[in-house]
Amino acid sequence: MNLFDIIGPVMVGPSSSHTAGAAKIGNVCNKLMAEKIESAEIYLHGSFAETGKGHGTDKAIVGGLIGMACDDERLPESFDVAQEMGFKFTIQAADLGDVHPNTAKVIMHGVSGHSLEVVASSIGGGRIQVVMLDGVKANFSGESPTLIVHNVDKPGYITEVTRLLGIEHINIATMQLYRKKRGGEAVMVIECDECVPESTIKELEKLEGIMKVSYYCPE
Amino acid sequence: MFDSVEEICKLEENSGVPFWKIVQQDDCKERAVSEEESFENMKRMYTAMKESALNYDKTVKSNSGLVGGEAGLLREYLDGGNALVGDFAGRVMELALRVAEGNACMKRIVAAPTAGSCGVVPAVFIATQEKLGLSDDKMTEALFVAAGFGEVIAARASLAGAEGGCQAEIGAASSMAAAGLVYLRGGSGRNSANAAALALKNLLGLACDPVAGLVEVPCVKRNVCGAMNAVTSAELTMAGIESRIPADEVFDAMSAVGKDMNPNIKETGKGGVAGTATGQKIKDALVH
Repeated sequence: MNLFDIIGPVMVGPSSSHTAGAAKIGNVCNKLMAEKIESAEIYLHGSFAETGKGHGTDKAIVGGLIGMACDDERLPESFDVAQEMGFKFTIQAADLGDVHPNTAKVIMHGVSGHSLEVVASSIGGGRIQVVMLDGVKANFSGESPTLIVHNVDKPGYITEVTRLLGIEHINIATMQLYRKKRGGEAVMVIECDECVPESTIKELEKLEGIMKVSYYCPE
Repeated sequence: MFDSVEEICKLEENSGVPFWKIVQQDDCKERAVSEEESFENMKRMYTAMKESALNYDKTVKSNSGLVGGEAGLLREYLDGGNALVGDFAGRVMELALRVAEGNACMKRIVAAPTAGSCGVVPAVFIATQEKLGLSDDKMTEALFVAAGFGEVIAARASLAGAEGGCQAEIGAASSMAAAGLVYLRGGSGRNSANAAALALKNLLGLACDPVAGLVEVPCVKRNVCGAMNAVTSAELTMAGIESRIPADEVFDAMSAVGKDMNPNIKETGKGGVAGTATGQKIKDALVH
């Protein structure tokens, strides 16, 4: 939290958790996808499902998905803007289990045929937390540049990734490692103090055994 | 970030650096930005507050239809010449409604400290700027004062209705606005602290009881209450009337009261006015 969480953010109302946080979830999903999204299925859980309509949670998530920030005055008309852009979406209530009451699951399909599933919670004051990526546990806020690397669960990948970041003088703020099973697919979620250049991401993608690299930068 | 108003007041008294500047310098250290950048950012917040009041449209209703047009009605009444309150108080009330209604209608606002309480600080600040002809730079300095009080409240108590009830939202906003207003009237940090203490004491225990869980009823009209309470607390302070309980201790009391509150009145939409027969009827009608 900083001084501009006390006075600020500038946002479209009415609720920092149900509107601004929802737009931010859409926005983070959009950036994680890193390509034009053709369609999305949106599932709203708990209080998002119960009071979402009155708070414009649905409009905010869709707005975020098509690139609107939480202070974009077009958020109330996001459904119309989405239609003009040819972006198709469905929204429904769902029980996502033991998660924060303000949680959404978004399944996106990009123009390349690639899909991504994100589960994220709005944890208050417009701040969010991504809790699941493609079925793998995660935990990052979207407030710092975040690098997500999917690789084969074998020795040496962490060294290689951190070496490449070190060359660019990028300081790591937090780092989390997850895997579904030993020797299977592993995921590294790295929150950085500085932005990661595109060349570093390209270089990572070329490495053998790295299946996917996603990158999110808040600016 | 500071966790004591007393500490900032002492710093001001010992160094001669004004309260707002101490808060700003701390922000620069915290976010590793220049003083200029920090100031411009806060000025942008004030500009956005003014826009949120200016962009009001009395013909727009909220998604639920529960809110909309109230600031227009109040303006008509004030212009009718029968109002008991004077021009300044009337303007504060109108501005609070304009911003809080705009929020309910998905307009752009500045959360200060929250979206539900976004009308309080702009109402007090803009009306004062109009009345006293103050510069935007002066208003920005006062926003740093208000933010400084907000961060101490956040550290010692909470700024979330779900955690501390409405005292943590409208109560905190009112306390912040009172502190800022005293600065605008030439008061010291210690005078601001006095007003902040007076303001929050009045709103301790305030329930967070939104009908149908929406930031509309009673939230919008409580912004008027919070803004006027800030004005009266600042006026009492300027008259030399002292709060017997210091600000930091009032914030601690708010934290304790928040912990004592039943979950039904902490943004769950169950207790308070949300739990009334009419509140429930409105909720049922919106769900189906």
